[in-house]
Amino acid sequence: MTVDAVIVGSGPGGATAADVLTRAGWTVVIVEKGRNHLLDPDDLSRPAADYSNDELKFIYRHFLGPDPLIEPRTFRRGEEEGDHAYVGEVNSIPTTVGGGGTHADGKVPRFREEDFRLLSTHGPVDGAEVADWPISYDDLEPYYAEAERSIGVAGEAGANPFAAWRSGPYPMPSGAPMYGAVLSSAAAVGVGLHPYAAPTAANSVPYDGRPACNNCGFCAFFGCPIHAKGDPVALLMRAMASGNAELLAETFVSRVCTDGRRATGVEVIGPDGATRRIDARYVVIAAGAVETPRLLLLSGIDHPLVGRNFMVHFQTFVIGILPERLHSHKGRAVTHVHDDAMIVDDAARAAAAEAGLPWIRGGLVEHGGPSLPVMEAKIYPWGAKHKSLMRSSPMRDRMWAFTMQGEDLPQLTNRVDLDPIVRDVRGFPVARITYRPHRHEIVASAHHAPRLVRVLEDMGATWTMISTSPLVEGQDRRGPLSAIPMSRHVMGTTRMGDDPRTSVVDSRGRLHEFDNVVVADSSVFVTSAGYGPTLTLVALAARAAASLVGESSPG
Amino acid sequence: MPLWFSDEEFRILRAVCDCLIPEDETPGAVSTGVPDYIDGLLGAFLVDPPRIWAGGPTSGRHGGEAAFARFHRLSRLDELAWRTRIEGSRGLPEREFNGPVVGLQERYRSGLAALGAEFCDLAPEDQDERLRRTGTHAFTAMVYEHCCEGMYGAPEYGGNRDGVGWQSIEFPGDVQPRGFSDAEVAGP
Repeated sequence: MTVDAVIVGSGPGGATAADVLTRAGWTVVIVEKGRNHLLDPDDLSRPAADYSNDELKFIYRHFLGPDPLIEPRTFRRGEEEGDHAYVGEVNSIPTTVGGGGTHADGKVPRFREEDFRLLSTHGPVDGAEVADWPISYDDLEPYYAEAERSIGVAGEAGANPFAAWRSGPYPMPSGAPMYGAVLSSAAAVGVGLHPYAAPTAANSVPYDGRPACNNCGFCAFFGCPIHAKGDPVALLMRAMASGNAELLAETFVSRVCTDGRRATGVEVIGPDGATRRIDARYVVIAAGAVETPRLLLLSGIDHPLVGRNFMVHFQTFVIGILPERLHSHKGRAVTHVHDDAMIVDDAARAAAAEAGLPWIRGGLVEHGGPSLPVMEAKIYPWGAKHKSLMRSSPMRDRMWAFTMQGEDLPQLTNRVDLDPIVRDVRGFPVARITYRPHRHEIVASAHHAPRLVRVLEDMGATWTMISTSPLVEGQDRRGPLSAIPMSRHVMGTTRMGDDPRTSVVDSRGRLHEFDNVVVADSSVFVTSAGYGPTLTLVALAARAAASLVGESSPG
Repeated sequence: MPLWFSDEEFRILRAVCDCLIPEDETPGAVSTGVPDYIDGLLGAFLVDPPRIWAGGPTSGRHGGEAAFARFHRLSRLDELAWRTRIEGSRGLPEREFNGPVVGLQERYRSGLAALGAEFCDLAPEDQDERLRRTGTHAFTAMVYEHCCEGMYGAPEYGGNRDGVGWQSIEFPGDVQPRGFSDAEVAGP
């Protein structure tokens, strides 16, 4: 039997493709490497009850996968470090039904107009592959609006003075602001910044059959126990309810099968370890910007740019300790953000010129506070002071943090390829990440961080600190771990473009070399902007799937 | 009675935990049940289903049923990963596809043996000095990580007895299905 489409990966990209295609009457098989803890195994159109407010299960025991003992990755900064400098957990977003959407805290900003035309707006940067996207914000706007409706986004149109135009309001009003964010927003306004309620995929009111968020506080890194979060649960439940979709969990796609310029299906290894084929008219790959290029390379699809231009946000953390308790364990993980560091103003231009760069852009700044006591405890030293530190809680209950998701310029040398030595549990070469930030990221970080220190001081902070991930070379004394970016915002490894010599997929996400293979995740991003990738990749996946529906009828 | 450790090992472990998170005006690691947490981790496969992932969505502490107590069943690959992590690879080819792995059980057994029974009888400052020694440092760091997990993780894993770890730091723990009101979130 040949299905209309086989979809590799059940995260936000694959779930979106499944939803769009099944609504058009296509038959799809969704193949997911990880386990199903998202949907009720007895009725896949309903949510499961596996998620919980359990720090050990979600943070330390790999409940959402991947477990680095059976699915490691490797990392090095550059070829001078040999085959790899580290083996283990590297930029791991969940390997589970629902993918990265399940553990995200659901901040889902849109990109802005200039993010799609960086080269023509600001010009080239030496050593970076700055380029315009083959599509514009206007092309994507209807899909952004559809994405916000389908996953459910709460926000306030007009609250962000720098936002791109939008065709309508958010589907839901914003939820309750964190107490710390009330204070930090006021202080940020005081220094001329423009904080606003973060567009958030967590229900502020009952929406689409799912309840309103009840502020439990276990948001970032956790699956939502009441399914109030706009992870792909709504999309997957709808696809399964259509009767046109089959979900194969714990099933690994080892190869895309091809014949000439067309794919014929995929080879999979099921939970029992047996290999079989799934024949399909179209193959949609949505395994994330690390596993997608890995699958292409395992399949012998080796366009010279596959895996190149790997991007991940360069994170700047500006943290402060306050005299007062902020109880960040109540409510959503981050309720306020500001865009000011994305704007290339005179001060940013001057800082760039001083560093010999044409321009710098920072990224979205998130206002948030830590909430988890085991994580806090591990920061403090052992011994007589442990308990008093935990009670006064400078590193959790009295800490406030700004995280800037700095734009990471694409570079050919930053890449995903196959590790020559390390294997996964099924015997396949694992993804190796070679990454080092461009000087742009470091200069932008250094330019924007001091202003955030001032905001913390105005809030009343008695101690502040600036850090980055990865740490700037020369400042790191903690071995290879500090060179690995902590951000899970992976992007760019099958770049989108009109010219097959400078891009891997076309503007609809199709591989230039294979007419019926679509990439439907953040692998296709041309540049990284400074915004979380989820909403943009959902919009792109919806657009790519719509182009399939427009081209072909269900078989 | 420990599940996995010998009585002697457990006695040394309790002394180590007592140094790492001692009792002051609030309970320390020993009275919070941290040694039981570590024993439960190393002996996770002595119970069925293995005590790796507590169930969801609620614990019963703030309403709902006591579902944390129903531990998840593991898949074939979950079990392979967790047996490898706890028991080590033991020369089994299916656990050694990237080379041998030293398990937690062996690291505890050899670490406690190196400290020896006499550790329990040392003066507190001498115990601290032993735990900071170069050869012991990695072992101490591992036990401390597990102490933090056993102090402030969910009680269903064997530590944080009756939630005293959370109560001592005024942390509510898991709160579903109660959650918090908007006013509790936004106010001081």
